[in-house]
Amino acid sequence: MAGPDSKPVITAPAFRDYPSIPALQPGATEGVRCYVANEKIQEALGFPGKLADNWQETHDKAIGRMGELLDKYRSLRVYMDACVHCGSCTDKCHYFIGTGDPKNMPVARQDLMRSVYRRYFTPAGKLFPNLVGARDLTREVLDEWYTYYWQCSECRRCSVFCPYGIDTAEITMAGREILDHVGYGQKYSNEIIGKVHKIGNNLGLPGPALIDTLTGLEEDVKEETGCDVRYPVDEQGAEVLLVTPSADFFAEPHIESTIGYGKVFHAAGISWTFSSKASEAGNFGMFIGNYDQLRKIALRVREAALELGVKRIVVGECGHAWRVAYAFWNTLAGIGAGANDPFAVELQKQLDPRYKQPTHICELTWDLIQQGRLKFDKSANDHRRITFHDSCNVARASRMGDYPGGQFDIPRNIIKAVANNFVDMAPETIHEKTFCCGGGGGVLTDELLDIRVKGALPRMEALKRVVDDHDVNFMATICAICKAQFTKVLPYYGYKSGMVGGVHQLVSTAIQLGNEQ
Amino acid sequence: MSLLFAILFYVAAAIFVVGLAAKIISFARTPAPLSIPTTPAPTTTGGVVLRMFREVAFFESLFKGNLWIWMFAAAFHFGLALVLVRHLRYFIEPVWFWVDFAQPFGMYAGFAMAAGLGGLWARRFLVERIRYISTTSDHLMLALLLIIAVTGLGMKFIVHTDIVAVKTFFLGLMRFDIQPLPEHPGLYIHLACVALLMIIFPFSKLLHAPGVFFSPSRNQTDNPREARHLSSWAAKLEKN
Repeated sequence: MAGPDSKPVITAPAFRDYPSIPALQPGATEGVRCYVANEKIQEALGFPGKLADNWQETHDKAIGRMGELLDKYRSLRVYMDACVHCGSCTDKCHYFIGTGDPKNMPVARQDLMRSVYRRYFTPAGKLFPNLVGARDLTREVLDEWYTYYWQCSECRRCSVFCPYGIDTAEITMAGREILDHVGYGQKYSNEIIGKVHKIGNNLGLPGPALIDTLTGLEEDVKEETGCDVRYPVDEQGAEVLLVTPSADFFAEPHIESTIGYGKVFHAAGISWTFSSKASEAGNFGMFIGNYDQLRKIALRVREAALELGVKRIVVGECGHAWRVAYAFWNTLAGIGAGANDPFAVELQKQLDPRYKQPTHICELTWDLIQQGRLKFDKSANDHRRITFHDSCNVARASRMGDYPGGQFDIPRNIIKAVANNFVDMAPETIHEKTFCCGGGGGVLTDELLDIRVKGALPRMEALKRVVDDHDVNFMATICAICKAQFTKVLPYYGYKSGMVGGVHQLVSTAIQLGNEQ
Repeated sequence: MSLLFAILFYVAAAIFVVGLAAKIISFARTPAPLSIPTTPAPTTTGGVVLRMFREVAFFESLFKGNLWIWMFAAAFHFGLALVLVRHLRYFIEPVWFWVDFAQPFGMYAGFAMAAGLGGLWARRFLVERIRYISTTSDHLMLALLLIIAVTGLGMKFIVHTDIVAVKTFFLGLMRFDIQPLPEHPGLYIHLACVALLMIIFPFSKLLHAPGVFFSPSRNQTDNPREARHLSSWAAKLEKN
């Protein structure tokens, strides 16, 4: 059995000859649990430090919180009632496909909570619990929630196939919120959120270190290209504030895309800056389903934008960050347009209405390409045969450009504009049907490596087909978590870590900075 | 017996209407604080209406998800819809022309309905994943619907009942004037099960019917950059 206490040997599941649905293996991943947050981490976010000694107290708090969430979130209320157990979602989750554990079937993951909802909030469950699959909330049930709500990457693939649009991510978020509320938080996510509040980004990189890193980057790029491409921080009066996941500042291959962002701004002559206060696009408040945390983290971007006086806010390559930015920032922090309340108007009157606020870096680059403001030497990417992995939050929870589905076309259009060899993976594994990398939604932590490797199976199978048929050697993606996850799990499937990289890494390779003669 | 059924239908109708209204009000009143449509999603209200129509009329997402379930679900639901139209004749006098027109189709739709239910039930036994998620109530719900369908078909094709008297009974019910119901065991079972279905509707998974219209992932417009989406409780946070 795999678990944080043993040293499991983690192996990738075998590639399937046909995309057959696995037989159920009850309990297959019941031992895969992430570390629980300690008191210090919990209390820094205003959550109880640990579970109460007395179970009744925990029980009442959990049920009380559930009632509050049912009153606050229509999604949760409707999704608890609407499921008919039709089974359409049962084979859609990458964790189920990779592990065979029936509790990783989306409907079963939902039922972990729905069974409790029925017992405490519906007449049928109060009167006939056994008939309708209702059960009391016990310590065992709470542990089960912790295990399986932390084996969900909130990727929303199941919701695409649900006849009522039931989104397991919403239920996972509610589950995690209840767990936090009773002092049963996850170390990985809550520690990271603490770092954002204290230092400004997920990786805990303080302002001076950030400036130091970026100065070094300027020197490297100068050496490589001969151009004075700048990577400025906190530059007052810059036109664009670029908010990017902090992994982009030094992780591989993330940094290659960061170099690309700077080159795009340089070539287009747009003044821009990073912010040391908003040095993180990621927002793990979403992962834990906590509105307050989600909002507080988003407000840092608002404050930075107001302080720096920028006209545009652009977001770097990050999946869930783009979901939060695109779909939530206007609500949380007034970053957007169309508001008439003083809070949002204060910022919106500063932002340039000619541009979408916020803008995805891919939207910005693609606009520049269409205007003919960027020049490329496509042959510079000829050593690469490229495919594109749609990141779940970009694909199923956001948009780019002016029409539904622009989030699929724009990154691909950029790749085709900067490289000659592009091929898509199988249609049932891309666009809205894309498979999660296996590491999203707050599970990108080493003690969950077992399910991360197994959850990557469907994506790896799709990749294998284009590797075998088209000699693909590069999988581009626009998500910091996808990049980190693939870097880690590709070797388990026999591929090199370096196969994964960013779209702006490809841009960076091919872009002409104006001094090439 | 007629009196018993009359009371049963008054009670069932009251529970159905009040219970369902209460649920719909609770769905409608609960705020949706964040913009969460499953994308790609329509960017206009008209587009959302069209998406919802495709979902309700054609089960678009289920079609993408699983063709077997879609086929059985479509047979059952479309069959049921036609059967319901056909049954309207018991409640109106004179009968509207389109209800008249639908009569022969409604008759065969009963078979489609029963076949669909049979298929859905078979999956609960035959498919391991669906067996795993099925609860006792899932089975009983299918049993109830199948009994309704089979007794209905039985009265049409095997042991007829006096449908003129049945119509008189229901028209009477609607005027609070209780008329005799024909003595027919099949009819008793049929009507008792229909009443039971009406009673459990607001407390069961049958809430998927109103629920789909309130599902934020399907009914929201994809315009968060153009319009600020702020729920009442979230707006209060900005006052501090």
